[in-house]
Amino acid sequence: MRKALSLFVLSVFVLGLLAACAPQEVVKTVEVVKTVVVEQAGETVIITATPAPEEAKVLSVYGIFATPSEEPWDRVIQDALFEARDAGRITYDFVDNLGYSGDLERVLQETAEQKKPDVIFGDAFGNEEAVRRVAAMYPEIAFVFGSGLGPSEPNLSVFDNWIHEPAYLCGMLAGGMTKSNTLGVVAAIPVPEVNRLVNAFTAGALEVNPKVTVLTTFIGSWFDPAKAKEAALAQIEQGADVIYAERFGVHEAAKEKGVWMFGNMSDQNELAPDLVISSPVWNMGPTVDYVLTAVAGGTYTAQDLKDFSMMAKGGASLAPFHGTESKLPADLVAKVKEREKQILQGLFRVDIDERQPPERSQPLEK
Amino acid sequence: MDFNFFIGLIAATFRVATPLIYGTLGELFCERAGILNLGIEGTMFIGSFVGFAVADATGSLWLGVLAAVVSGMLGGLIMSLFAVRLGVNQHVSGLGTTLLLTGLSLFLFRVVYGIQRIQPAIKPFQALSPFDDLPVLGPIFQQYALTYIAILLIPLAWWVLYRTNFGLSIRSVGENPEAADAAGINVYRVRTIALMIGGGLMAVGGAFLSIGQLGSFTFGIISGRGWVCIALIIFANWLPSRVLWGALLFGLIEALQLRLQTTGLKLPYEAFLALPYIVTIIALAIAGRNATGPAAVLKPYKRE
Repeated sequence: MRKALSLFVLSVFVLGLLAACAPQEVVKTVEVVKTVVVEQAGETVIITATPAPEEAKVLSVYGIFATPSEEPWDRVIQDALFEARDAGRITYDFVDNLGYSGDLERVLQETAEQKKPDVIFGDAFGNEEAVRRVAAMYPEIAFVFGSGLGPSEPNLSVFDNWIHEPAYLCGMLAGGMTKSNTLGVVAAIPVPEVNRLVNAFTAGALEVNPKVTVLTTFIGSWFDPAKAKEAALAQIEQGADVIYAERFGVHEAAKEKGVWMFGNMSDQNELAPDLVISSPVWNMGPTVDYVLTAVAGGTYTAQDLKDFSMMAKGGASLAPFHGTESKLPADLVAKVKEREKQILQGLFRVDIDERQPPERSQPLEK
Repeated sequence: MDFNFFIGLIAATFRVATPLIYGTLGELFCERAGILNLGIEGTMFIGSFVGFAVADATGSLWLGVLAAVVSGMLGGLIMSLFAVRLGVNQHVSGLGTTLLLTGLSLFLFRVVYGIQRIQPAIKPFQALSPFDDLPVLGPIFQQYALTYIAILLIPLAWWVLYRTNFGLSIRSVGENPEAADAAGINVYRVRTIALMIGGGLMAVGGAFLSIGQLGSFTFGIISGRGWVCIALIIFANWLPSRVLWGALLFGLIEALQLRLQTTGLKLPYEAFLALPYIVTIIALAIAGRNATGPAAVLKPYKRE
């Protein structure tokens, strides 16, 4: 009896949880009326024959994400897809927060099987093999996934946040703004996506200020803002006066202690308008635009879409300085703007260094 | 490493320990009444969300704390419905409560705030500095009001548990519910109230993170702190005074590892991150050797 009751309680909880995970965005269904031929008792009945609209086909797009949409990385992708939806280019619906224990593969396959969308966007991190397995089963659907690995023929393209170039520019600003020659970086976990940002930031700082030391703290998780704040406070105690907040939570420490900071992933100036100098910004718009155009035109192929997330194609940028611009030395801003221009013109290449950064970097000169 | 290093370290220790003190004290009330409340992680989470949402809506941080307490008490009530009234396995109902409250918080957060580019934020509690003029040691006392309250709650919890009739009822239903029942104590009611008190305390621990330290609610805000409390309660041997030492020990090592990471010691960062947990395990192994919990924990009580 008790066992039955336990089972019942558990199933109620699971139902509640499922309800909580249910997608919030209602699909804007577009009536695409087709001619349907049905075999009925030996005779063929033709139902409806409304002609298809002449205008460009509205693509059907789904999003499948392991993390919640509130996660900054996911949100950048969602933003671009919402924009395409609002512009009437696509119908869009998504399922998020699927985690890393098999649910993503199941939902991905169900979506491909039942919805038969034109394109599925998502993140393959932690589900790399599962995504490739499902993609191979549905070659007519374009799978476009955030991934730390490569594309997979015939239909899986990969993208990632290649924002090391603006991170380098932020490093230049930080190196020029520090009085103590000590910078801080509060980062998640030393994986390639994080390492290349920290290393680019450090390289940028050393370009303008060879005496700079960069302190890097890994908080060991993707989202633990209270810990990120404590890590920033510890760095400030050790002399850091400019902090690059690779993770969320640092701004409260910056506000308490009045130190400069940089955001990450999106323009985070409004978190602390007087203190956030800039942020490396990722924009998925060019990637989404390229994929939709290719799919609509029938030219879609599996490829690494990296370039569309870099500065030259508008996939990455340095956020505006907002109110902090008046506090920045003009020659420093000029130097950064010059580098920015060179990057956009392809005349300056920021190294992609994905080695784990040292927790305390060595200055080039004492 | 100068003197200021230690001052900063001690100040950080109390900040890190605060949510753990609330959580562990909350768990203390539950377990003393004979219920292992694994709903703690979810209860802290919903306290964190409700505290933020109400503070944001009303503009009053203290109303947020109050609302968090209410949400935590409701969380305790849900737990009691299953673990006390229906006598469901405590592990199942506790984990179920955590799953339910976590999902519910994230769901409500999205209903209220939608998916925004920047985390919605409010101005959080500011640290009090009662001894600002004090040379050198002043920064240690720059703590949030909720931290001071947490420390004051320790003797209060001791007084309630050991010096009041109600406390005696809680402890007796946790040790021997049959005997307590025979003595005329309503076991179901006492356990339910204990779970509600516990839930309220846990929720304040969560609210401290969202409207004390950060001014934002995000997923991952609790990040397993509730589970740490489950370990700390064993370390504390179910005694209120040792709850404080357990939380402070964990807070100290956590604050220390964040400082050691950037000193340039040639150790993998994982070693630093794991340090608080390793020390907790060692402390548990030593201090927990003779620890004996309330005898009736995990045993559902069915009135004959």
